[in-house]
Amino acid sequence: MEFFLVQLLNGISYGLLLFMLTSGLTLVFSLMGVLNFAHASFYMIGAYFAYQISAKIGFWAGLAFAPLAVGAIGMLIERWGLRQVHKHGHVAELLFTFGLAYLIEEVVHLVWGRNAVPYRVPAELDGPLFSIVGSQYPTYRGFMMLVAVAMLVSIWLVLTRTRVGLIITAALTHSQTVEALGHNVPRVFMMVFGGGLALAGLAGVIGGNAFITDPGMAAAVGPIIFVIVVVGGMGSLAGAFYASLLIGCLVTFAIGLDWSFADLWARIGITVTSATPLAALWQIKLSQAAPVLPYLLMVLMLIFRPKGLMGTREG
Amino acid sequence: MRYEPLNVGRWVLWGATALVFIVAPFVFRGGFALTLMTQMGIMIIFALSYNMLLGQGGMLSFGHAVYSGLGAYIAVHALNLAGKGAFPLPVALLPLVGGLAGLFFGVIFGYVTTKKAGVTFAMITLGLLELVFACVLMFPGFFGGEGGITTNRTAAPAPFGVNFGAPLQVYFLVAVWCFASMAAMFALTQTPLGRMANAVRDNPERAEFVGYNTQYVRFIQLMLSAFFAGVSGALSCVNFEIVSAENVSAVRSGGVLLAAFIGGFPFFFGPIIGAIVFVFFAAALSGFTKAWLLYLGLFFVGMVLYAPGGIASLVLMQFPVLRIGRFRELAWPYTGAGAAALVAIAGLVGIVEMVYRLSDTSLSSQMTLFGIDFDAKNTLPWIGFAVTLAAGIGLLRMAWRAVSARWNAIQHDLLARQKAAA
Repeated sequence: MEFFLVQLLNGISYGLLLFMLTSGLTLVFSLMGVLNFAHASFYMIGAYFAYQISAKIGFWAGLAFAPLAVGAIGMLIERWGLRQVHKHGHVAELLFTFGLAYLIEEVVHLVWGRNAVPYRVPAELDGPLFSIVGSQYPTYRGFMMLVAVAMLVSIWLVLTRTRVGLIITAALTHSQTVEALGHNVPRVFMMVFGGGLALAGLAGVIGGNAFITDPGMAAAVGPIIFVIVVVGGMGSLAGAFYASLLIGCLVTFAIGLDWSFADLWARIGITVTSATPLAALWQIKLSQAAPVLPYLLMVLMLIFRPKGLMGTREG
Repeated sequence: MRYEPLNVGRWVLWGATALVFIVAPFVFRGGFALTLMTQMGIMIIFALSYNMLLGQGGMLSFGHAVYSGLGAYIAVHALNLAGKGAFPLPVALLPLVGGLAGLFFGVIFGYVTTKKAGVTFAMITLGLLELVFACVLMFPGFFGGEGGITTNRTAAPAPFGVNFGAPLQVYFLVAVWCFASMAAMFALTQTPLGRMANAVRDNPERAEFVGYNTQYVRFIQLMLSAFFAGVSGALSCVNFEIVSAENVSAVRSGGVLLAAFIGGFPFFFGPIIGAIVFVFFAAALSGFTKAWLLYLGLFFVGMVLYAPGGIASLVLMQFPVLRIGRFRELAWPYTGAGAAALVAIAGLVGIVEMVYRLSDTSLSSQMTLFGIDFDAKNTLPWIGFAVTLAAGIGLLRMAWRAVSARWNAIQHDLLARQKAAA
């Protein structure tokens, strides 16, 4: 029970962090049709910026300024890069962002080196928040959840309750009509792209010190957020939310469990030894297999429900 | 029987290609050149097989290394078993084993990935790549874990006394397979399947209306592409005598994408150029600088922005101009733009190398670049290189304006001539 509660909380906080990443990606994808391959790279940049700022000024300054800096870079990239390749179609855009991801990783290698940097949780957020059934829950995890939920609510408010949100939502489906009404749609695109990346940067600020800040962090998270988008259904924000929580919990629970097929076979009376056919497969523990579970889920989803959890169309 | 005129140009071109393969090792002598050319041959097969997806089928894949890598793993096990005498498999036929393994995994994985097209296909291939990569590390019994699996190509049966101990023999093995694969892949583009793949790439909706199942066309195209990827994987296993997790990594998949794109994916021969440039880039630059991947990435992004047809399109664009004899007018503007680009590159390289020097604490900040000694901690070299970069970019813009003015005038002339001819 205690294990279950703690893992559930951890899973939700990880899932919310994933959603911070996928929300920006999904928003940009449904608005501009651009799948930003470099999205996770901006998560990494956010973490490195936050590390640099918190080393000089403090964590809170990093929390405020790193996402803004990442968003500004995003807007510049949209204006001077993405808009150029837009005329060559979506695959060209995807290739451009792929090249960008490549470049960002190399720049991080060049500037901060190949090893992890010591970006740590600030002292005031270090330590236990509360204890449930004897085990302590870290304050920082709670803080992560708080930031993620605050971000979620503010996105929702911006999209549904403000004029800007109204224009963005309208441009999602009827960009030409919105343009005909006199709104500068390319500028809306630029702002949404920058905003989406700022969210990724924010996720980097709070995720970088909770996990690890190294040049491999983008490559570790990038494929998972793609999986979430596929599992949730392309372009569906709600689908991305459920898929994020599902995968967050799935991975977190799996890491904590050391079940294997061998145990299962033992229950029905078959003992697995090293001589059994496929012994290596049966003896793999769930905790070892945790990294592949999101991808397995994606494959299963594609076989049984190709449009994803909340996807609207096949194709 | 249908009468077809003999396509002389095509026979000359393929004959010349075969001749280049035969003559190359005797022109470029030395061990380094030979290893480079062997790697180029392997990369050419890989890049062409990749282009069966991207160029001919419109499928952008981020996980093509799955097929070459798994093909290489099966090949390395087959080679080891043959070395122990389990079955009489000569090394020369190992690429066939790798290819069949690639085909097998193409059938399994292709069934899942080709359910979708376009951007979704790209995401799924990436997910699948991660899945396979993680599995390779999870089962060290078969895949050898981080260290990989080593082999010895000379232990296998050696008919006619060819045991592939000498690098030249390996080169010719690669050359023969490379030439055969090139021919086969080109022939495939001429078949109804190849044409349908183009149709599915250009307009899937219409292809469906004509009565083709687009998913099925993509699936077959991917299976065949996986076969050739497996061939290249098996050849790399023969060449390096080791297969490790790196063979199925995202780095390998990204590399082949870069190579195919830089060469020019809209053209059949584009990836051949790309593979040669890529291997050369990797071998020549990696010796000089640790930042070679950054330069390669910048080159790639520059190509995406300004030359989406790759090197091949840049070359092909010049032919009509040459034909009407007006290339000479472009010679000076081109030279000017080239010189300006060199200035900009010099400035950029200076800044990148200084950043690298300062970030790597194990190196001293005293460095030599372009024959100049300086200290990267001083401000002067920073200003110098920044000014060089800015000046280079400014000059490049000026030169570019001159080039495009001439270019447009010539295109005008070309169009007028075409109209006059019609």
